[in-house]
Amino acid sequence: MKRDKVVGAILLVMALFGISGLALITVFIFREGVPVVLRLGARQIFLSSDWEPSLGHFGILSMMVGSLAVTLGAAVIGVVFSLGLAVVLTQFSPPGLSAALKPVVELLAGIPSVVYGFVGVVTLVPLIRHTLGGPGLSVLAASIVLGVMVLPTITSIAIDALQAVPRSYLEGSIALGATRWQTVTMVLLRAARSGLVTAVILGMGRAIGETMAVIMVAGNALEVPHSLLAPVRTLTSNIALEMGYASGDHRQALFATGATLFVVITLLNIAALAISRRRTGRGRFS
Amino acid sequence: MRLSPATTQRIAVGFMWILAAITFAVLAFILAFVLVHGLPHVTWGFLSRSPTSMGRAGGIFPVLFGTLLVAGLAVLVAAPIGVATAVYLTEYTRNGRLTAVIRFGADCLAGVPSIIFGLFGFVFFAIALGMGLSILSGALTLALMVLPTIIRTSEEAIRTVPDSYREVSLGLGGSRWQTVFYVVLRSALPGISTGIVLSLGRSISETAAVMLTAGSALRLPRSLFDSSRTLALHFYLLSREGISMQNAYATASVLIIAILALNLLAYTLMRRFGVKTGR
Repeated sequence: MKRDKVVGAILLVMALFGISGLALITVFIFREGVPVVLRLGARQIFLSSDWEPSLGHFGILSMMVGSLAVTLGAAVIGVVFSLGLAVVLTQFSPPGLSAALKPVVELLAGIPSVVYGFVGVVTLVPLIRHTLGGPGLSVLAASIVLGVMVLPTITSIAIDALQAVPRSYLEGSIALGATRWQTVTMVLLRAARSGLVTAVILGMGRAIGETMAVIMVAGNALEVPHSLLAPVRTLTSNIALEMGYASGDHRQALFATGATLFVVITLLNIAALAISRRRTGRGRFS
Repeated sequence: MRLSPATTQRIAVGFMWILAAITFAVLAFILAFVLVHGLPHVTWGFLSRSPTSMGRAGGIFPVLFGTLLVAGLAVLVAAPIGVATAVYLTEYTRNGRLTAVIRFGADCLAGVPSIIFGLFGFVFFAIALGMGLSILSGALTLALMVLPTIIRTSEEAIRTVPDSYREVSLGLGGSRWQTVFYVVLRSALPGISTGIVLSLGRSISETAAVMLTAGSALRLPRSLFDSSRTLALHFYLLSREGISMQNAYATASVLIIAILALNLLAYTLMRRFGVKTGR
């Protein structure tokens, strides 16, 4: 029917909005960010820690290290807690309790990042300063706050992955005389491996892209951090802190910072997508 | 010394319960900490008055109004596009290269960090399209940001509609689009609404993207081309620049109550109609 064709065409046009948006984002971020890299040379940008916009120095090495440090820290904390939570909620908790606790985990995802940052800065930062020393605003503080923030992402994808493991695998293991815990470590976690890896990669993507909470607790110092207690600036915070007053080369350098972040995130996303495709035949993101 | 399997299990499960308890304790602490410090200052006057001296005194009325405009408009733009995309992907086409590209686009968009959306919105909407730092720039940027959530939740909601519904409609002589609009969308509505409510929550809590696109003006906006500060950004600026801790806590409380209410609404919709949000 003719009308069906028209509706189909309209729907197709609307369906192309998302992918066009992604294309526009890519084009504009690179168009603004690449020229300054070409002009000053990749070495001056990516292999230098000298960020002094007033002198035309735009080295982002320390921020790349900073982003990496807080993301790894967040991944360690996020993975331990999320896996524990996912295993307990799917295997060891009464069904009623799991059903009640899952929305609570999702609520964690809904809390604005500024709130996490704020609570971190008024409670966690002084705690670190008094007990461990240093300025408190640190890699450690950022890792803990980000670890809590990525927990819902990792937990909910991990729960899906664990629930996708066929019951017969678990029953087979129990029937062979294994305890439930042995079944978890020897059968469940192994069978769900690719899903769990996807969960962790997506969690890391979220951590490396987080901005406001990190600005508030990481200290934003322009140096390569030498310890967990040292303050650090990430790629995201560099953009948010300076975009308000930047112009000319400085602004382009901030876009170059954004482009770097964009490339890293896209690689993480593609990795996650490839792993989850292999598992289910269809990508799934959170 | 070797532990027996039963003892190992007891220790391991106990440890995981402790991890779970810590997680929920942290959540409870965050909410309680903010609400205990902030709620006493959330009065009618605080909600209905304009801020004075950069928010040191007075209320948050223009900020509330601006937040509603930015977040509401974002969802108003994203919802039709997202639902249309989901309908196209599930009802109008077979899996092919084009659907793979559209899905890939949505998946990648979901992973783009908000600060990148902010940078993009700034050069594209604010500068290239000449909208300036405005409610409109902010809303369009957020619309793009929440689009993947709406697509995904709508897709999952549409997939749960049993095929028999479609067959009955087609069997009664309904055309494809009639089936989609009168039968499929109607039964998928609760699931679709859940996605929209969650997107509204995400738009309200976003800070980095709106900071670069909607600006931080404290005046009551007169048009969509005016800059306006949102709740989350107001809270950030109040606390970061140490303008007023009391008003910062109060603003955060309003923000948290809004998020709690929206999550509760989404949860009720989901519960009531048995849809999965797939978050």
